[in-house]
Amino acid sequence: MPATATQTTSAWAGRVQPRVHIAGDGPPLVFLHGAGGLTWDPFLDALAKNFTVYAPEHPGTTPGDPDGVNSIDNLWDLVLYYYELFDSLGLESPAVVGHSFGGMVAAESPPPEPSRVSRLTLISPIGLWRDDTPIPNWMTLTPEELTPLVCADPQGPVAQQMFALPEDPDAAADATIQFVWSMACTGKFVWPIPDKGLRKRIHRITAPTLIIWGHRDGLVSPIYAEEFRSRIAGSRVEVLEDAAHLPQLERMEEAVRLVTEFCSS
Amino acid sequence: MKISMFHLMPHRELPADFEQRYKSVWVDPPFNELADPSRVGQFYNWTLDELVHAARAGLDGICVNEHHQNAYGFMPGPNLMGSALARETAGLDVGIVQMGATLPTTNPPTRVAEEYAMLDCISGGRLVAGMPLGSPMDANMCYGIPPIEQRERYYEAHDLILKAWASDEMFAWNGKYQQLGMVNIWPRPVQKPHPPVWVPGSGSLSTWDFAAKHDHCYCFLSYFGSGLGKKVMDGFWEFVDQGGIDPNPHRAGFLQLVVVGETDADAEAKYAEHVKYFYDKCLHIPLHYLGPPGHQDHRSLTHAIKSGTAARTQEVMNNLANYTFREFADQQFVIAGSAATVRDQLREAVRTLRVGNLMVLLHIGSMPHELTLENIDRFAADVLPYLRDEWGDWENRWWPESLRHQRQLVGV
Repeated sequence: MPATATQTTSAWAGRVQPRVHIAGDGPPLVFLHGAGGLTWDPFLDALAKNFTVYAPEHPGTTPGDPDGVNSIDNLWDLVLYYYELFDSLGLESPAVVGHSFGGMVAAESPPPEPSRVSRLTLISPIGLWRDDTPIPNWMTLTPEELTPLVCADPQGPVAQQMFALPEDPDAAADATIQFVWSMACTGKFVWPIPDKGLRKRIHRITAPTLIIWGHRDGLVSPIYAEEFRSRIAGSRVEVLEDAAHLPQLERMEEAVRLVTEFCSS
Repeated sequence: MKISMFHLMPHRELPADFEQRYKSVWVDPPFNELADPSRVGQFYNWTLDELVHAARAGLDGICVNEHHQNAYGFMPGPNLMGSALARETAGLDVGIVQMGATLPTTNPPTRVAEEYAMLDCISGGRLVAGMPLGSPMDANMCYGIPPIEQRERYYEAHDLILKAWASDEMFAWNGKYQQLGMVNIWPRPVQKPHPPVWVPGSGSLSTWDFAAKHDHCYCFLSYFGSGLGKKVMDGFWEFVDQGGIDPNPHRAGFLQLVVVGETDADAEAKYAEHVKYFYDKCLHIPLHYLGPPGHQDHRSLTHAIKSGTAARTQEVMNNLANYTFREFADQQFVIAGSAATVRDQLREAVRTLRVGNLMVLLHIGSMPHELTLENIDRFAADVLPYLRDEWGDWENRWWPESLRHQRQLVGV
């Protein structure tokens, strides 16, 4: 297992103090996490065997900097903030992998300056909307309601890893606070409907793009894979069986192989 | 002190198994399955009649509020009700207490400034301007405001409304959420510099701070009685004390459910089912609807979870279904009984909580119209006169100036 270093940096004229988890060796790969916050998981560990993985925490979700979210108000702010963060990490044009909410942010990153992203991987991204297949507002669901939508096996180890709380009450309280606040800070950019105009900008993506979806995603239907593919020139879709909204964990080996091959080629 | 009748305008005839069949009373109950528009028209008219009756019976003020997509209390346009009430109480010394139009969801917020000014003009300066933040169900789930922005939007709307009332000159408002180039509202309110402002809250430090800073009345609206109320109000008065602010009891408001019978037993016989209906059906709200992520800022969220407040609230809400009428009454969720019982308990609560602006919910849940009138009459005749003199040494600066004298009881 590669060692993970964390680097606290400063961006947005000093108003955000995000932590970035860094591990591995090889070409740079940025991972943008989903709405529940960053967990350094086995998927990132596996990617770190071939890449230098940079996993920043969304503004406000870094412990000790909850107010970091207050100075970033919309997607335009957020994308420019990430450009600054890339600059501070010396990343001219990294591969970017984004999951769910992070997938939307990843897809919003190239449009202003397409060359900032060399390769784009979108795992179950949000950001587009179909009236005939609405995306439920996950921030209004209980864990009991959410789990079967996002895990193909709601009793399986991935579900446990995502939703089980630590036994120690203090650790459980901290984990709950971190989870709820991550939902709050990401929700700021998508509440109440996760369509903020990506449809108008998505054609500006020029990086080679891989789209990964879980066949049984109950939160963001796999029908959306085609919505993304048809709008990004030259992109390709991989739909994984026996996976829902967390295919990178539910079908980890396959997902790691797909991302590694795609980002190495 | 001043005592006003509060009305929620609930659905009075939900099916007996409502809470078993439906997920929530708020946001998602299907209207066409549960209600009939003509019958709902009757509910609205009864509500207006009951409030006007209370005004005529001697209550100092009448209160309505704003909620959306629910059977708990559905006056999405409180100023529509307020307008009818202002007109029907012309000539009476009664406050029109709007508790009120929700600031973060009214666009642009100058609309609140305008409509409140209209009400103040129509009523001849009798308006109390409630400025609620809005419940998470209303503001976030029904009206789409991102929870993390709600409070900031509220502060901006508040500042804009007060400036719109106070400014003689037209001005430009370059806010974070509102950009209005030419603000010059018509009409302006009768009351100068502006009608008294009441801020409903649920016990958070930031709301105390806000109310104190602007010298507004802080109102704790709770259905869980003076026991929980005392914890919150003790905190509020400690905060006032530490800030060196004058501890005028009228700086605080409190909501209390009240039912009055001939005797204690009569009150139980008449009102028990309606109180039970209120807690079982009208408060049938999934807990997570009350706290979407971002509804509390990080400090409040941390405090709520680490102090156990969140867990205690959950426990109270989960236990409500098992409460009997006696338990509701013993814990004073509802102050219930003969006039003597009610006035003793209410006086005690008013003194303990140190509140000079009391709101009493005299229509509860499924209470029919005639019984509501009876409750109002008993309260006005046999309770109200015994409480009027409380806090008489303090001026109620949060009540319309022309109404600060003591009302004469009429026509009971």
